Amino acid sequence: MSYTFTLDGKVVPFVDGQTIIQAASAAGIFIPHLCYHPEFKPHGSCKLCTVKVNGRHTASCTMRAAPGMVVESETEEINAERRALTQMLFVEGNHFCPSCEKSGNCQLQATAYHLGMMSAHYDHFFPNRAVDASHPEALLDFNRCILCSLCVRASRDVDGKNVFGLSGRGIKTHLIVNAKSGRLADTDFTLADKAAQVCPVGVILKKRQGFAVPIGERKYDKAPISETAETTEGR
Amino acid sequence: MGLNEMHAEAVAGVVDRVINRYRRDPTCMLQILREVQEACDWVPPEAIDRMQAMLGVPRTKIEGVAGFYSFIYTEPRGKYRVLFSDNITDRMQGNRALMERLCSNLWVERGKVSEDGLVSVGKTACTGLCDQGPGMLVNNYAIAGLNLERIDEIAELIRNKVPLADWPPAYFRIEDNIRRADILLNADFTPGEALLAARARAPSDGLNASNMRSWREGLPSGIGGPGATLDEIKRSGLRGRGGAGFTTGLKWEACRNAQLKAGHQRIVVCNADEGEPGTFKDRVLLSKCPDLVFEGMTVAAYAIGATRGFVYLRGEYRYLLDHLNAVLAHRRRQNLLGKDICGLPGADFDIEIHVGAGAYVCGEESALIESLEGKRGTPRNRPPFPVTNGYLDQPTIVNNVETFAAAALIALRGGEWYAGIGTKQSAGTKILSVSGDCERPGIYEYPFGVSIRQVLADCGATDTQAVQVSGPSGICVAENEFDRIIGFEDIPTAGAFTIFNKSRDMFEVARNYVHFFQHESCGFCTPCRVGTSLLKNLMDKLHYGSGSPYDFAEIEKLNQLLQSMSHCGLGHTACNPVLDTIAKFRPAYDKRMMQQDFTPAFDLDRELSSARQMTGRDDAGAHLETEHGGQS
Ligand SMILES: Cc1cc2nc3c(=O)[nH]c(=O)nc-3n(C[C@H](O)[C@H](O)[C@H](O)COP(=O)(O)O)c2cc1C
Ligand code: SF4
Ligand code: SF4
Ligand code: FES
Ligand code: FES
Repeated sequence: MSYTFTLDGKVVPFVDGQTIIQAASAAGIFIPHLCYHPEFKPHGSCKLCTVKVNGRHTASCTMRAAPGMVVESETEEINAERRALTQMLFVEGNHFCPSCEKSGNCQLQATAYHLGMMSAHYDHFFPNRAVDASHPEALLDFNRCILCSLCVRASRDVDGKNVFGLSGRGIKTHLIVNAKSGRLADTDFTLADKAAQVCPVGVILKKRQGFAVPIGERKYDKAPISETAETTEGR
Repeated sequence: MGLNEMHAEAVAGVVDRVINRYRRDPTCMLQILREVQEACDWVPPEAIDRMQAMLGVPRTKIEGVAGFYSFIYTEPRGKYRVLFSDNITDRMQGNRALMERLCSNLWVERGKVSEDGLVSVGKTACTGLCDQGPGMLVNNYAIAGLNLERIDEIAELIRNKVPLADWPPAYFRIEDNIRRADILLNADFTPGEALLAARARAPSDGLNASNMRSWREGLPSGIGGPGATLDEIKRSGLRGRGGAGFTTGLKWEACRNAQLKAGHQRIVVCNADEGEPGTFKDRVLLSKCPDLVFEGMTVAAYAIGATRGFVYLRGEYRYLLDHLNAVLAHRRRQNLLGKDICGLPGADFDIEIHVGAGAYVCGEESALIESLEGKRGTPRNRPPFPVTNGYLDQPTIVNNVETFAAAALIALRGGEWYAGIGTKQSAGTKILSVSGDCERPGIYEYPFGVSIRQVLADCGATDTQAVQVSGPSGICVAENEFDRIIGFEDIPTAGAFTIFNKSRDMFEVARNYVHFFQHESCGFCTPCRVGTSLLKNLMDKLHYGSGSPYDFAEIEKLNQLLQSMSHCGLGHTACNPVLDTIAKFRPAYDKRMMQQDFTPAFDLDRELSSARQMTGRDDAGAHLETEHGGQS
């Protein structure tokens, strides 16, 4: 069956079982998101995709669309809240974009631009997180991890490996790898893994690839995140 | 054979024994970790190796679970692991001085392990001993009523390596302190009575279901779930006692009506996580009338057709476990649990107890279910709700301890009787956990509708400035509101009633609560994970004297964000204590507004404190002159 709801006044069709974000992206409408990826089971943790459904805040990546819903997304209020969440993610980790290999391809950075984030606003936490360079082909720079769990889901659900997992609690939540030593080199991770390709930020990086594409010519340098391919991937 | 291998072998032996007792079931992961730790004093890497092999689950999963719970250690924490309860009431009772005394007696730094690896001393959230504090946990066993003398004795016992089992039993005595009893705490109740009454109420032989569907569904696989019992619960107007106040009859009905998939069964869960600071009434219900609680769970099973039950007991109440298991065993012998309960063919139901491990968020019902499944206690995305998709995706009700106790009495005496007690909108009684500045802290059971003023008079509180009702996530009531009443129509509560007299600094109360939320955030969602830390930093900034009106506006903004964007109730309520105290005790904050304009939180002199500590210097020369030198 096919039904409709409205998103910022536009009529959006959907089929049974679709979430709001899936229906929106199928209709070519961008809703900011970081932990959502069309190929994986939604997680609902970053809260960037929050919209108002009939006046109540809810994550659009986990909420199923229902006929007649009135959804608001591009409002000043919601975008201000999303901007604050991005700022939180920036101060929680250590993001020095100018020296980051992911700059220009990074969804966090692109989303911050999209939301008009001009500063980090909050005091930086400057956490102390060691880099794991043990693996011959890949580098893990935990300083940039936003705990979206995409690598966890990709490794578990696609690669069938469980290379990544989350441990700790609260502000001490952190990414771990599947080895007694805690080193990526001692896992069965390879660059061919799906998990090697999903990190939205600059944590899981291919070694010896530094600045192969110059800054200025990268994905989000060419077009803002709201106009890039992912928007309509859910089709 | 080297020492390490011997060690590894011994560890593997322990792990094998524990895992086999849990039927090699990965859903019992948290219980396995907890018991391995009880035997090994921590969870060493070799234990995780063995679990990985025996349970067939990835290491990331085991370490992920172990890392979530405060009471599971993947690093050695000593043979004696001392945790001081650090609720605001413990602080008012002087826990800080006691902790320092113990640390200096044992030559150990707070939060660290002693050099000989014997002991660690740290702090933990409210242990539910507020009426007899300050309290502590030693290897997860509770000790109440601490004073300097006892601290010195404890240091001596630890230094002499006396096993915990040989410590004076008086240390471990926890009082019920029941000051006012009503229908629940006075119930003169014979185990089985409520079940027989429920059975007698059913139309003919007790197996006649009130609707055909549950007759069909219920008979072969479980208790038929006669509608008559459910009708009594609905008639009583009973609402949940865990805080949210959901109508119990509706929850049970939704679960009873949920479609059962092949191989699935309905589940009854008793929420005994009682983590809200200042709440300890479930502890007393479980120690004084466990039969009433278990019977309430069995009544629920009867009403909804459930065959499996769990009690999720908070780790701090570990000391109750053996007694509760003995009561369950006794009930099995009396045929009040097990197969064909009370001689009713097909009436099968049993209860097992899972023990938590120091995570407040596991009181949230969907996080609790995750934890019961042996996972990290992260709240689920909802819908779907537990009544349709709960424990291992099966229809599940989660209710508070007190809710089940009340349900047992309703099954026995009828819904009408119960509805006649309390107020129109709030039927029955409510048990309050009274602590703080009063002469008679303890447990008070009142019919709903009692005023704050009445409770204060009964417990001998004088010169009262404020009462925190229902803990940090509840509301802070000021003097001009003392005629308000306890009830869903005015002040709903999960039971905490923490009293502050006029000498108390309400800013420090709020700051303590903010630290609590920051420590207990599960870390799943961005707003709560980062927002509670930002809030903590702001409150600390005010505490250190760098606050300005700018910071008030920041707190307001954070509150908005946490309310609208957070994933669960913890984040939604994390700002409550600050907003309430700003609104009602403004002078406590104004005192801190040392600055007119924005001032950075960073204070160079304070940052140098670690250097001072390392060099053992604290003289004037080791300090910078600062304009607003708040001392730390
Ligand atoms: C962060 C958080 C902690 C909670 N802790 C508890 C608890 O310790 N005990 C409890 O009964 N309910 C607790 N609750 C409420 C439960 O989610 C749930 O509503 C309750 O157990 C339902 O039982 P009731 O209907 O009998 O009240 C908590 C909720 C949240 C959001
Ligand atoms: S490493 Fe990347 S993909 Fe994995 S949780 Fe962190 S940010 Fe997400
Ligand atoms: S609000 Fe806090 S406790 Fe709740 S899911 Fe989010 S991070 Fe976890
Ligand atoms: S994209 Fe929906 S919560 Fe992260
Ligand atoms: S640019 Fe540095 S993490 Fe994205």
